[in-house]
Amino acid sequence: MTRQAISLKDISYSDKGVAILKNISGSFPEGYITTLVGPSGAGKTTLFRLCNGLRSPNSGQIYINDKTINEYNPVELRRKVGIALQSAAMINGTILQNLSLPFDLQGKQFSKEFALELLQDVGLTSDFLHRDVKDLSGGQRQKLSIARTLVNRPDILLLDEITSSLDRVSQQDIEELIVKINKKYKTTIIWITHNLEQARTLGNYTWVMMNGQLVEAGPPSLLDDPIDEKVRLFVKGHEQ
Amino acid sequence: MNYLTLSLALIFVIIPLLLSKTLKLGLEKDTTIAAVRSIIQLLAVGYLLHFVFETENIVFIFLMVLLMIGAATQNARRKGKAIKGITWKLFLTFLFIEILTQSILLGLSIIPSTAQYIIPISGMIIGNSMVLSILFLNRFISEVKDHVEQTELILSLGGTPKQAIHTQLVQSIKSSTIPTIESQKTIGLVQLPGMMSGQIIAGADPVQAVQFQLLILFILLTTAVITSIMLGYLSYPSLFNNRMQLLKLEEK
Ligand SMILES: Nc1ncnc2c1ncn2[C@@H]1O[C@H](COP(=O)(O)OP(=O)(O)O)[C@@H](O)[C@H]1O
Ligand SMILES: [Mg+2]
Repeated sequence: MTRQAISLKDISYSDKGVAILKNISGSFPEGYITTLVGPSGAGKTTLFRLCNGLRSPNSGQIYINDKTINEYNPVELRRKVGIALQSAAMINGTILQNLSLPFDLQGKQFSKEFALELLQDVGLTSDFLHRDVKDLSGGQRQKLSIARTLVNRPDILLLDEITSSLDRVSQQDIEELIVKINKKYKTTIIWITHNLEQARTLGNYTWVMMNGQLVEAGPPSLLDDPIDEKVRLFVKGHEQ
Repeated sequence: MNYLTLSLALIFVIIPLLLSKTLKLGLEKDTTIAAVRSIIQLLAVGYLLHFVFETENIVFIFLMVLLMIGAATQNARRKGKAIKGITWKLFLTFLFIEILTQSILLGLSIIPSTAQYIIPISGMIIGNSMVLSILFLNRFISEVKDHVEQTELILSLGGTPKQAIHTQLVQSIKSSTIPTIESQKTIGLVQLPGMMSGQIIAGADPVQAVQFQLLILFILLTTAVITSIMLGYLSYPSLFNNRMQLLKLEEK
């Protein structure tokens, strides 16, 4: 039986009394690429923030490799469960300062070779290293954000619409990179995407979330013939 | 000066009242309140000080200083309501600064240990510390609100709360202490400091007055820097919970 990288038991989360996640139970298999789809506002990003420990659920339990999330020290948890958010937030400074941030926080030396390797992996050239992040395009920021999340070599990688501002070619490069990381390091990947084609072809497993609930979970082929009527409409809407 | 001449000074209150009324500035109420409050408060303090100086009792000196710290805390806490436990954090900061500066002043016999020196100097120190803490809290709260994304980014990468808030903390400490430092660069060129002017009017030797003013200015440098740093380091932990999550700042 496959082990679960993350299991959620009856997770609910609300903000200022508004329910954002409602009784979510499900899991993300270890070593898989799970794609997570659903209309915007479904609660996908919020779910990621819970798994990375930036927020705690109001009720329910999250297990990371069979240990409850609260058994981990938050710092240890966040290095283990890496997150790259769609907003691709940056600290003020250069590309290098952002890239080395995860190591700087641990007081570890960040080598130039590692920096260049990461930049190459995400398709940025070495002359970027000393540029100001303010000068980056949306797509370049996303690439840098992915590279930065990879610095800690997390066991579990949460990717939130990381290819949404990328052109077709860059998107394929990033897809290949993520698949390579999944193979090479056995990293569990959970990937939020609006692109159903991406969800079908890259994933071994798929979650569909709607209105704060997990509506369907299973092999990506479930998107070809959804059981739930709402999911059927959502998939159809995306194909037009 | 006697009470008759002082009552003539009310002309300077009547002028703005009349102007406000004719030009419909709507400042009458606040001006009246300000004038009445300053008359009552200052006269009360004057008689209180007169009594304390007469008795030269150490207990009264303590009580006066405690009263000042209490009033300063009460005033500044409104700006920091968003930060949990701000009241005792302010109180501790003011208390620490008072103890530190008085230990140096009295310990090295820079000033004589009489109420006449201790109380006015304490007033200036605590008053400035209060202004500084308000500047600091205003700035720190807006820095934190403006940089939620960056703070959570650092947390999400495995940084500690201290690392996550460091830039905002340093920025707020710097920007709240800069006015104190800057104002000292031009001091005396345009405006004579209030305390020095007061001493000169009361008949003190200008050089003597300058020496005291310099002492105060140097103390205020220490006060400014320590207030922001201490308040900053006391405040930032309450922005996070024990799971190292950034809490939402309460809206006022
Ligand atoms: N910080 C927040 N405060 C209040 N509501 C929020 C916050 N973040 C997200 N929400 C709400 O939670 C719901 C889910 O948001 P989100 O997790 O971003 O969905 P998704 O990533 O699926 O688009 C939305 O209705 C959104 O308005
Ligand atoms: Mg989202």
